Amino acid sequence: MDLRGLMEKVSKIQEAAHGLLDDANALRSATKTMMEKANGGAELDPFVMGLTVFILACFVGYYVVWKVTPALHSPLMSVTNAISSVIIVGALIAAGPSIGGISTTFGFLAVVLASINIFGGFIVTQRMLAMFSKNK
Amino acid sequence: MSANISSFLYLISAVCFIMALRGLSSAATSRLGNLYGIIGMAVAILTTLLMPQISHYGIILLGILCGGGIGAIIARKIHMTALPQLVAGFHSLVGLAAVFVAGAALNSPDAYGIGTVGAIKASSLIEMGLGTAIGAITFTGSLIAFGKLQGLISGKPLVFAGQHLFNATLGAALVFLLFIFMLTESHFIFWVLTCVALALGLLLILPIGGADMPVVISMLNSYSGWAAAGIGFTLGNHLLIITGALVGASGAILSYIMCKGMNRSIFNVILGGFGTDQPAEGTANAETDRPVKVSNAEDAAYILSNAQSVIIVPGYGMAVAQAQHALREMSDHLKKKGVKIKYAIHPVAGRMPGHMNVLLAEANVPYDEVHELEEINNDFSTADVAFVIGANDITNPAAKTNPASPIYGMPILDVERAKTVLFVKRSLATGYAGVDNDLFYRDNTFMVLGDAKKVCEDVVKGL
Repeated sequence: MDLRGLMEKVSKIQEAAHGLLDDANALRSATKTMMEKANGGAELDPFVMGLTVFILACFVGYYVVWKVTPALHSPLMSVTNAISSVIIVGALIAAGPSIGGISTTFGFLAVVLASINIFGGFIVTQRMLAMFSKNK
Repeated sequence: MSANISSFLYLISAVCFIMALRGLSSAATSRLGNLYGIIGMAVAILTTLLMPQISHYGIILLGILCGGGIGAIIARKIHMTALPQLVAGFHSLVGLAAVFVAGAALNSPDAYGIGTVGAIKASSLIEMGLGTAIGAITFTGSLIAFGKLQGLISGKPLVFAGQHLFNATLGAALVFLLFIFMLTESHFIFWVLTCVALALGLLLILPIGGADMPVVISMLNSYSGWAAAGIGFTLGNHLLIITGALVGASGAILSYIMCKGMNRSIFNVILGGFGTDQPAEGTANAETDRPVKVSNAEDAAYILSNAQSVIIVPGYGMAVAQAQHALREMSDHLKKKGVKIKYAIHPVAGRMPGHMNVLLAEANVPYDEVHELEEINNDFSTADVAFVIGANDITNPAAKTNPASPIYGMPILDVERAKTVLFVKRSLATGYAGVDNDLFYRDNTFMVLGDAKKVCEDVVKGL
């Protein structure tokens, strides 16, 4: 009788323990989702950051370029061409690591093309601007 | 170097690029602007080279030396008259480089931190696809523009039936492929997408005629910027995004200015085919038997030396004949005789924005003698002689008077208000727009037929 009572108590305690464990698990998952929510709100998607920068840069470009005198439109074009070769940054990251294979080849080719543009673009702009400033 | 430091250095580089564009607001600060551009580029390259994942310096150095050498030689040797095709050629390189970088990112995404092969983030895939598509369009489009400007392919618009429908289909296919690529990350789809974009670039520029090249070059300039920005999004690199946006905005503004200079919408230019239509009403060739006063260089010299003020209107014909030096020599002689000389530049004269300004600067024409359309248009009524050299459509009064004319509404230089108009032209043929110029038949107009350079030299002899 005593033994049976004891057994019943033990199984009740066991049940209670299980219940506690379930509660604890529920609490843990709830905390986790809340943490995730909190983090998700604070951590921006890189695309959103990029888009912010992009839109602001468009506005800067718009206002700066309208100030360029029409006489200098050709140098403007060649200098923007030169600076758009900043894409070389992506090419260097492709060519740089010791991975080898197709990415390195692509990276190398892109480095060559972008370098032509960088040197060619800046030098030809320099030549043009030298003509303008000597005639002032 | 930590990611924070490199981001900061990239920011410095971006600011340098903004200063480079700012510098071009006046001739005095322009060379400083170019210097800023060079500094910005150097900072960007050095920062990237110091990143921890870069270990192969040999191949990079080789690439920069090869490319840099080629670029430097081309830029030093090129004649200023060949500037438009040079710029078009350079644009094509940016486009191709964008395709290569996107291809590299697809093959080793881990190097850029955008995932692993087979598990690249969907947003990165879209950006990659867009970057390569814009790059490919820029590449082939610029090649065609280069070919047209260099005279390798006909400058005439190439049109075929159903062209617009075909291009629209290709455009739709591009969007569809982009979607599939995002879902599958298939390399095969990526290259199909690139090929469709390459074809689209060809077909977009082929129907656009030679004299619309100022718009086309500006547009491709803009595209090369958007391609760089697209790659910037793929790689999560803010410097590329900023620079791409700056260049894209700059090209877009130039396209807008050029379109306004012709009173045409950008769509009208892109859809192309201008100047191939059958002559419209009021432009018929039937009028060509009207009497024209043909003069020669000697008479022109006499007229010019008796004038008090002369306005010179250069056009693409001057560039073709490389007549800018002879022209400046002629105006020097006139100035010695006390004639007041001014130059009037139409926004779309030549084959790229600011083309005439560069050529005149090359020939040492003083900066303050060269005027834009708005500044000088009222001065024609008080000028004794308007000396039109190698220009045609931009002086055609039909743009103001004849609503049926294809160039109706285009702002023109009012040369007809000068006391005498001297037209230096190779022949009496119509200009690019295929429109007969009413000015040729006016009483106060004298045609001096011949090569622009030869005519200028003969005028100098006559003086």
